[in-house]
Amino acid sequence: MPPELSEAKPMSDLVKLLNVFCLLSLLAVGGGSAVLPQMEHETVTLHHWVTGDQFATIYSLGQMAPGPNMSMVALIGWQAAGAAGLIIALVAFYLPSSFLTYGCSYIWDHFKENPWRASVQQGMAPITIGLMLAGVHAVGKTACINPNHSTHFNTITCITALAVTGILFAKRINPALLMLLGGVAGWFLLRGH
Amino acid sequence: MPGVSEIFRVFAKIGITSFGGGLVAYLRDALVTDKKWMDEEEFLAALEIGQTLPGLNSVNVAIIAGRKLAGPQGAVAAALGLILPGVLLLLVLGILYDRFRHNPNVAAALAGVAAAAVGLLLQVTLKIGAKQFLNLRDLCFVLGTYYLVAFHHISLPVVLFLIAPIAIILCRPSSAKPNP
Repeated sequence: MPPELSEAKPMSDLVKLLNVFCLLSLLAVGGGSAVLPQMEHETVTLHHWVTGDQFATIYSLGQMAPGPNMSMVALIGWQAAGAAGLIIALVAFYLPSSFLTYGCSYIWDHFKENPWRASVQQGMAPITIGLMLAGVHAVGKTACINPNHSTHFNTITCITALAVTGILFAKRINPALLMLLGGVAGWFLLRGH
Repeated sequence: MPGVSEIFRVFAKIGITSFGGGLVAYLRDALVTDKKWMDEEEFLAALEIGQTLPGLNSVNVAIIAGRKLAGPQGAVAAALGLILPGVLLLLVLGILYDRFRHNPNVAAALAGVAAAAVGLLLQVTLKIGAKQFLNLRDLCFVLGTYYLVAFHHISLPVVLFLIAPIAIILCRPSSAKPNP
């Protein structure tokens, strides 16, 4: 059922959306993908705003659309609480980190020469990569290796994912194009499974 | 100096055309090469701030560039220009998804798209993490973080406030290390 037809969501869902996405905004170190596992856990497991399948689909739509890849939080907010949810999720996810950046860009020069900056960057790098791998896991556990689907389905989805990884390493090609190809492959090979 | 509407227009053009990601490259082309609103060094400095602070790198660079060009209004115009077009398209995609997701053809195609998105994220992770995968200490942190987050749902604050400080202290500047 489209969200606008479902019964009006209580205020508390909007407050929860605000809390969850504000926190994710301020914790989004090393780009957006590092918060994916936490976002999946909060929105699917804890608050049930979307199912695991919906989360994986919404994530992939966000990767295909132009603009910052995490604008997909808008669709999670929309599924959770309609139009108000969409706006709150977007504002909560983008505004806190933007304010911080705006403020810090004034005082940045003071820290430029601080030797700890290199340490923070060097120390955070493997943590960010670990978080991104956990993000692959969070989306992949429904999009690729899903116990509710047949072996045929899971084989095709895994091959599709690994083929995209391989092609991107071998060739400079627009990822949005590859995702459309993934859709064509899915339409041919996954119907009825 | 460009006006607010000009800033919005330039960032919105990126927000409309940047299918498939890679926004930082689009931003560099527009701000440094095309419009010459920043020189290479200013752009790299903005990118460094954007990468270090929380938030998306592309949005943070837009905020810094917009601020430099026209103050707070410039920052708002740049960020909105970058974000809004994609959100509008996502809204259309979301409405279509809600309407047709139970159609078996659409569901099959979307499953293929979702699988491809996982492959894309895996490739990005492996590519930017190449150095970390080849260093034993870094690899321990990569796999440790992955294991704790993916399988034990250790929350992000715990990772950032307990595990990250350990990694940072291990990489501390030589001046902060005890003298032998």
